[in-house]
Amino acid sequence: MDKTVNQKAWLLVAPVFLIVAFSAVLPLMTVVNYSVQDTFGNNQFFWNGIGWFKELLDPSTDLGSRFFASLWRNLLFSAVILAIEIPLGIVVALSMPREGWRVAACLVILALPLLIPWNVVGTIWQVFGRPDIGLLGYTLNHLGLNYNYVANDVDAWLTIILMDVWHWTSLVALLCYAGLKSIPDAYYQAAQIDGASRWAVFTAIQLPKMKRVLLIAGLLRFMDSFMIYTEPFVLTGGGPGNSTTFISIELVKIALGQFDLGKAAALSLVYNLIILTTCWVFYTVMTNAGAERKATTGEA
Amino acid sequence: MARIDLVDLAKSYGGETADVESWALKPLSMTWRQGGAYALLGPSGCGKTTLLNMISGIVAPSRGKILFDGTDITARTTQARNIAQVFQFPVIYDTMTVAENLAFPLKNRGVPRARVAQRVAEIAALLDLTPHLNRKATRLTADAKQKISLGRGLVRSDVAAVLFDEPLTVIDPHLKWELRSKLKALHKALDLTMIYVTHDQTEALTFADTVVVMHDGRVVQSGTPEELFARPAHTFVGYFIGSPGMNIVRAEVEGREARIDGRIITLNRSYPALPAGAKIELGVRPEFVEVAPPRPDLVSAKIERIDDLGRARFARVRIGDLKFAARVNGAVSAAGDDVGLVFDSAHVHVYADSRLAEGVA
Repeated sequence: MDKTVNQKAWLLVAPVFLIVAFSAVLPLMTVVNYSVQDTFGNNQFFWNGIGWFKELLDPSTDLGSRFFASLWRNLLFSAVILAIEIPLGIVVALSMPREGWRVAACLVILALPLLIPWNVVGTIWQVFGRPDIGLLGYTLNHLGLNYNYVANDVDAWLTIILMDVWHWTSLVALLCYAGLKSIPDAYYQAAQIDGASRWAVFTAIQLPKMKRVLLIAGLLRFMDSFMIYTEPFVLTGGGPGNSTTFISIELVKIALGQFDLGKAAALSLVYNLIILTTCWVFYTVMTNAGAERKATTGEA
Repeated sequence: MARIDLVDLAKSYGGETADVESWALKPLSMTWRQGGAYALLGPSGCGKTTLLNMISGIVAPSRGKILFDGTDITARTTQARNIAQVFQFPVIYDTMTVAENLAFPLKNRGVPRARVAQRVAEIAALLDLTPHLNRKATRLTADAKQKISLGRGLVRSDVAAVLFDEPLTVIDPHLKWELRSKLKALHKALDLTMIYVTHDQTEALTFADTVVVMHDGRVVQSGTPEELFARPAHTFVGYFIGSPGMNIVRAEVEGREARIDGRIITLNRSYPALPAGAKIELGVRPEFVEVAPPRPDLVSAKIERIDDLGRARFARVRIGDLKFAARVNGAVSAAGDDVGLVFDSAHVHVYADSRLAEGVA
């Protein structure tokens, strides 16, 4: 096939290049610039090479130990909320009505938590969990459980996880519901004729048909939970101690609290790389799944 | 394997209180013979799929009973009915191989593993799926997928009937013919009752021994393809079956003569019992009207155009204001010519209010 050559086309992509350059590439380059320098204030900078990166990736240093501690916390947090939200979202989607006014009612109720600004979510749960005036905290303490998310690591973690599940399970449920709705009735009818049990219908039809939306849901929830900042910052401020200090909170402490621009820049870049790599893996898996599907429908 | 009786079966999606004329399927009684190959033929929305889904149990009837070999199964679930159904779009289980797909209905019913393997092998051989058994079912073509859907029905040895709901819709034209012959062969080999829903007359007429023509929620005629062609019981059957469809024109009938647009056509029978005030029409298939050079004793017409269908040529003619189709034999005539029409009076039917009127010899 002959391609038409038209150099004017560059003019059409130029605005995008400019916007991306100013909004993403240039700021990122300043971060790269900071990450290889040290400063003692007064706008005096000194070349430090890969020193900050070496320090960051060496767990025996202060910076390294803080980075790895928060990284493991972040990974644990993401694993826990994925393990809860994905199955819970599927269950919610499966138990939603398939037609009638109840569908609209369910969708509105599910969408509500997604519409609340993140710092408001944090504030809601901060109040909700307080042992003196919060409904949750007061009730638990009244029942004889010694619950205090400000003082106890486990309580703080439980509250943050509960908050995230409350906030984001809807997203997974809505995506799964969309996936379920796209399954033609004939599949259920055929399964009925084939004598399939409820469980067999789930494993043979619903789960495979939801595969793609589940991948998307998994990706979105992983990214969001891995980059989580506002809600735990408002709720616990990273405490008690450092028990809920995630990478993003650590980053802000280093960059704005200590004004260690070099260290913070190095941490930012590594943080960024982790997320990019994960996205790339997800994307590859997803396009492979898509290609498989396309190949079969193409044949059909 | 079973004989299926439908007793006063009806379905209304708008509730039983709705006007009967609005029901998707008006009350209907009929019997499907064990081992018969039936086609349910009709345009979209005529109630054929509703009827099929009631037999398989996917749709519950508003009224009436369904009997399999004399046993009332109306209240039974789809699972308990031992029905196989093939849908318009192939249904296959994505994660499974072809063999696993075929084994699925047996596995669900707790059939021993050795027996499952044996049945799967038999059915795969029957459907020419053996080379694909270990491939993922999603990677096959639409016609192979449709065979898998069918195979999942046939793999159960106790299946009462196989229902097809427009199964060739997504199949490439050149494979349609092949798959249809395959179904025909399977029907012969397995002695199963098969019911085939379609809006394509070619599919219906080539597949079935008995074609049931449906129109607006009613069965208008049920018979062999020859009967439907030679003696349509309803004007709808006349023009729905056949290509081109039957000529149906308003007429006045008196004794052994019919008068259309002032011209007389001789009939084989007389019709003394035509209901008064009924709409009287004459129906004759284009195959039984021939174009001839104009003669005073023939109905005269003017040719508008000639369609060459390969096996035959048909002229679109006009008798006065009436549109008509007639067969063209030999090299006579071109558009614009005045011609005479020769009617084969044995095949001229009289319809009163769209229904075939019986004449007296």
